[in-house]
Amino acid sequence: MKAILALEDGLILEGESFGLEGETQGEVVFNTSMMGYQEILTDPSYKGQIVTMTYPHIGNYGINSEDVESFRPHVEGFVIRELSGITSNWRSEESLDEYLRRNRIVGIEGVDTRMLTKHLRDFGAKRGIISTVDLDGKRLVKRARNVPSIVGQDLVKEVTCREAYDFEKDLPPSFGWPEEFPRPKKEYFAVCVDGGIKFNILRKLRQHGFRVKVVPASSTWEQILQWKPDGVFYSNGPGDPEPVQYLWGNMQKLIGKVPVFGICLGHQMLGLALGGKTFKLKFGHRGANHPVMDLKTGKVEITTQNHGFCVDSKSLGNEVEQTHINLNDKTLEGIRHRKYPVFSVQYHPESSAGPHDSDYLFSRFYQMIDKGVW
Amino acid sequence: MPRRKDLRKILIIGSGPIIIGQACEFDYSGAQACKALKQDGFQVVLVNSNPATIMTDPEMADRTYIEPISAEVLEKIIERERPDACLPTMGGQTGLNVAMEAAQRGIFEKYGVELIGAKYEAIRKAEDRAEFKKAMQKIGLDLPRSAFAYSVDEALKHATEIGYPVIVRPSFTLGGFGSGVCFNRAELERIASLGLEYSMIHEVLIEESVLGWKEYELEVMRDIKDNVVIICSIENFDPMGVHTGDSITVAPAQTLTDKEYQKMRDAAVKCIREIGVETGGSNIQFGLCPKTGRMVVIEMNPRVSRSSALASKATGFPIAKMAAKLAVGYTLDEISNDITQYTPACFEPTIDYCVVKIPRFAFEKFPGVDDTLTSQMKSVGEVMAIGRTFKEALQKGIRSLETKRFGFGGDGRDEVFGEKIKTAEALGRWLSKARNNLELRDKIFAYIAKPKQDRLFYIRYALQTGATVRDIYDVTGIDPWFLSQLREILSLEGNLLEERKKPYSRELLLKAKRYGFSDQQLAFYQGTTEEKIRRHRKRLGILPTFKLVDTCAAEFKAYTPYFYSTYETEDESIRTKKPKVMILGGGPNRIGQGIEFDYCCVQAAFALKELGFETIMVNSNPETVSTDYDTSDKLFFEPLTFEDVMNIYEGEKPVGVVVQLGGQTPLNLSRLLEKAGVKILGTSSRSIHEAEDRDEFRKLLAKVKLAQPPNGMANTEKEAIRIAKEIGYPVLVRPSYVLGGRAMEIAYDEIQLKEFIRVAVEVSDNSPVLIDKFLENAGEVDVDLIADGKHQVVGGLLEHIEEAGIHSGDSAMAIPPFSLDKKLIDEIMSKTKKLAQCLKVKGLMNVQYAVHNGKVYCLEVNPRASRTVPFVSKAIGVPLARLAAKVMAGRSLRELGFVKEVPPPFTAVKESVLPFIKFPGVDIILSPEMRSTGEVMGIDQDFGMAFFKSQDAAYSRLPLEGTIFVSVKNDDKEEMAPIARDLAVLGYKLIATRGTYDFLSARQIPVEKVMKLAEGRPNISDCIMNRDVKLVINTPSGKGPKLDEAKIRSLAVLHGISCITTLDGARAALQAIQAFKKEGYAVKSLQEYHKMEKNGSRKVKSV
Repeated sequence: MKAILALEDGLILEGESFGLEGETQGEVVFNTSMMGYQEILTDPSYKGQIVTMTYPHIGNYGINSEDVESFRPHVEGFVIRELSGITSNWRSEESLDEYLRRNRIVGIEGVDTRMLTKHLRDFGAKRGIISTVDLDGKRLVKRARNVPSIVGQDLVKEVTCREAYDFEKDLPPSFGWPEEFPRPKKEYFAVCVDGGIKFNILRKLRQHGFRVKVVPASSTWEQILQWKPDGVFYSNGPGDPEPVQYLWGNMQKLIGKVPVFGICLGHQMLGLALGGKTFKLKFGHRGANHPVMDLKTGKVEITTQNHGFCVDSKSLGNEVEQTHINLNDKTLEGIRHRKYPVFSVQYHPESSAGPHDSDYLFSRFYQMIDKGVW
Repeated sequence: MPRRKDLRKILIIGSGPIIIGQACEFDYSGAQACKALKQDGFQVVLVNSNPATIMTDPEMADRTYIEPISAEVLEKIIERERPDACLPTMGGQTGLNVAMEAAQRGIFEKYGVELIGAKYEAIRKAEDRAEFKKAMQKIGLDLPRSAFAYSVDEALKHATEIGYPVIVRPSFTLGGFGSGVCFNRAELERIASLGLEYSMIHEVLIEESVLGWKEYELEVMRDIKDNVVIICSIENFDPMGVHTGDSITVAPAQTLTDKEYQKMRDAAVKCIREIGVETGGSNIQFGLCPKTGRMVVIEMNPRVSRSSALASKATGFPIAKMAAKLAVGYTLDEISNDITQYTPACFEPTIDYCVVKIPRFAFEKFPGVDDTLTSQMKSVGEVMAIGRTFKEALQKGIRSLETKRFGFGGDGRDEVFGEKIKTAEALGRWLSKARNNLELRDKIFAYIAKPKQDRLFYIRYALQTGATVRDIYDVTGIDPWFLSQLREILSLEGNLLEERKKPYSRELLLKAKRYGFSDQQLAFYQGTTEEKIRRHRKRLGILPTFKLVDTCAAEFKAYTPYFYSTYETEDESIRTKKPKVMILGGGPNRIGQGIEFDYCCVQAAFALKELGFETIMVNSNPETVSTDYDTSDKLFFEPLTFEDVMNIYEGEKPVGVVVQLGGQTPLNLSRLLEKAGVKILGTSSRSIHEAEDRDEFRKLLAKVKLAQPPNGMANTEKEAIRIAKEIGYPVLVRPSYVLGGRAMEIAYDEIQLKEFIRVAVEVSDNSPVLIDKFLENAGEVDVDLIADGKHQVVGGLLEHIEEAGIHSGDSAMAIPPFSLDKKLIDEIMSKTKKLAQCLKVKGLMNVQYAVHNGKVYCLEVNPRASRTVPFVSKAIGVPLARLAAKVMAGRSLRELGFVKEVPPPFTAVKESVLPFIKFPGVDIILSPEMRSTGEVMGIDQDFGMAFFKSQDAAYSRLPLEGTIFVSVKNDDKEEMAPIARDLAVLGYKLIATRGTYDFLSARQIPVEKVMKLAEGRPNISDCIMNRDVKLVINTPSGKGPKLDEAKIRSLAVLHGISCITTLDGARAALQAIQAFKKEGYAVKSLQEYHKMEKNGSRKVKSV
């Protein structure tokens, strides 16, 4: 069935429908990972976004129940060049097409995704609509202009957990814990504030010696402290960080009281909590090949990235040390407080999808609690 | 860490001649390294014996040694040059091996030379199987399980532990001799007991079989700060068991989830760290069990490789260039990405297209050879194709191969067990016959169970019988994802056949183009011509779009115009107003067309850039320098077919196209292109025709008063016999329009003629076959000339060492001539110039002559660049191809300052390198059919030493002492006697079988008798196998693998014993040995030789 993707600025691309037939809207962005579409689909940070994959063959290895990053896909729509006719992998349980249909996600294939990517790169992320019901491109463009902007929206409340849960006790073991690592003998207790957390962060924390409790984003700092955590973790999450004032407001209160580690949205929260500002990147960073330099060691990590907003390095005070920068565009990728035990990174050390180079940050969190160094 | 300041002079080791498994990719890597280091202010010293390379161009390095690549020569160069460091990782296995040997001999230590790129320890750890296994186990990586056994019982015990099937690998046998797969105890008992016997040390390795597993490769780079990045992942279409060089491979990996890929990435990172490759690139191979996902490490190459060249072209990330920079201290974050300019090289390329590499084989040159693909590489070249999808890339790849195929079948060239499908109607009939034909299906399944070069097409036929992807997977082990892609192509072909009666609709045509179908295939389905399809397609507005290869999937703006075509919405072509020239490259390497032509094309790109043109390169061979995006202003990685070339031409609108430098490939296109209105630069296609057409050619020769051997054209066997009778035997049978003397044979009688003519008619596509009188005992001469329409200058006159009758690509040659008298030379020179005048040559021309009883005969005129152009250019210090390109662009030779011949005051010998070691059992004698894969150059003051070096460089070093086995045919015995006498005087022990023994001993030449194969034991084969013989001189009395002498020759090659098969060769060898014994080895750089030429000096300072 024919489908159309229309952007607010007038770009109209025709393709074929896959997944659910119907209509969807959101901010159109692109991801340059060649693998890992399943992780991307289920990453809650994509709430509100239609994701374009730059690699043309998608769906080749199907979907399995182990590689999900949350209970369901969160993207608003999926744009690809070519859907695989079959799935080929020993772990595959379902085709991408079936999976999207089952989860009511609209997809479009056959699109010149490279052209779309270049467009988004040159003109910035755009609001858009995919439709199989309204095939009038011009009308769709007009309607795309009425899609609510991601800026100023609180999308976290749509993806955070309703109530606190214990990672090991409450989640099904079917997520295929990665093979056992030698865990530290001494176990610490981390409360994870869920802004749209990826399962692999929880796995990583567990592997690195944490008992993990996940709490809703709306938890107050008093509620968090009532759990008596050894450390508090702020997760990734979707959308504009600024409107999520309750999240960084509570975080502000925790700084200095308990060690805090943040990833992605959690990093932006820390930036805001420490008095900094965030701004929207033109088209964001989404992929698994971004070089980030650890300014302390001068070593480069290849990182997984997924963010449309960024902490403005110039907005931060002297007490905040910049620890990591992105080598592609020199934007801020990590900070620490010189006095209080808090640090954060903009990228995804839990990877998934992406390289495992930045695993050491979970150890750093552990060391921050254990040895008081960070 | 910035560039090291303690290094000033760096020695780079090249890879030597093109052989199977080691081709132009090392010219690409070496040239990149030279360029990168020179630009950075290092002095570069280079050693490489292969003159047909860009890297040995005198401008690429400060000192270029075209010398044999051996530890001995390395020491001489180091002694002379005193480099601070040696970079051994650019020259393939050859480079590594010679560096290892030099290190073991303490040469680097002695002269204080540091190995950079990879240290001795790292190389050893990666190359030694046992050490590698230990290292991998240490870091917890899985390998195929294996254990050594010293008895059959032990073998059985290990096999039980490992689980069947197992592979038995006897230790220390050549070319995998004695190894085999065992599925049960009985097989193992048999193969292990034989293997133990074959093994010199009575040892066999019992290894877990990973045949049929999925195979992957990762290209890894590491810098001195321990930053590690993966440049590219490659997934093999053919599963484990087929050498990756012989396998169709695809980038990036297609069927791995991120979890599995990251596991592999982690393993690769651990591996490069543990092996300890500090700086540079490595290639790591993995096997993956498709049922369980178990991953094993297969091997690691601690150097740049064929795969790294492919990965560089596939991603736009120049691995060799980066590796060179890392070797001198830079870190990845300090180097910027050429393509995006402002992002660093410290990242992992991501691509938004699919890349397919397909190998090219040459089994037709080696009749009788088992063409099953195994773990030993047999392909001679490869193509790469880029498409937005696998289907598109695969079909583009197939038509890039130049095997007269235009896609995945449906091109009039399908052939199923001898049944040809030449029309769409025939295809329809075949389809209805094949559908659900179980008998046929079984037959096809039996065929595709073994990997062969045409298996891909037989999978097509299997699918056409209605076989499922699952069935074919079970038989072949090829991943179902790939098979389903093939099925999708066939399913669209079904639609194309259904709709064939009327012109295709826009929708269907566009879909077909997006699936990679060529106009040729579409014409086949519609029963029309390619031109008509093309016109129809253009009328419907279906034109290709050109997309950029940019390392980053469009995330950043790209500044490097490296394009591929596809059918998409947006075209990214960058059009400037500058005048443009398009250069058509040579396509895949094959026997008869290799790196020499790539050298010429690259030279043309350089030259035309100098003249201010925007240069556009079109080529499909990923190994080459021409497909380096640095070489020309724009690179189109595209098949060299009419359709693909015209698509580029119509968009770019160049002022002209250069076809005469890329060998036969572009030349074959020239007439079609010209008909379509393309301006061909240089010699007109009219002149090309004049030289090719036999009648016109005869008139041409008459005009310049040149004789040619009596000849005639035959369309049938009868005609051939009549002509042969008229001109008299022996006759040379030459098919038309073939490369590398395909199916060329000398027939001594009618029986042979009948046999040869049948094959000749077949290969020349039913064009007439030329029957030439064969001039026995004639000398042969090659002349390379450049002309601008007014002036003609001979670049080089090359005298063949072997007699006429051996393909010029296979024979050794010397410049200047070593035996021709001045009168003959003058005559040949003046006649060649006259020919060029008559043909109005603008550019290069090559003429072949035979000299018979003092009379000159013209054999062939080729108004284009020849294989010998790079060799001649290096010998005379004049870049002929570069000048030719400028001439084609309208410059005169006078303007270019080349109006006089350069007689080199030294001798340069070109020797060919033959691939017989890879094809055991094939008779190695030289014939009119070319079979060499590469060439080397030996330069020295006189012929003897130059020849000695050429033999050394071609891996058939002449022994300085020991036993020589002599066995020559009766006609040669008289002439052999004085050679044998001199060899005996030089202290060699001669042995001979009865006939030769009797002849020589009757002339008081000391010789010992050895038994022939049938005379009992020990016989000559025992002597060879025990390596008691150091050199074999054996001239053939007949041809055929069944002959005793053929077996001896083949055996000698297998055991690494040099084998001379012509009397001329023996004579030259004698001269060489005498020269060596008198003078010893001295090395000298090309730059110094060229200086001598300029100064007219005749003095050579020896070291």
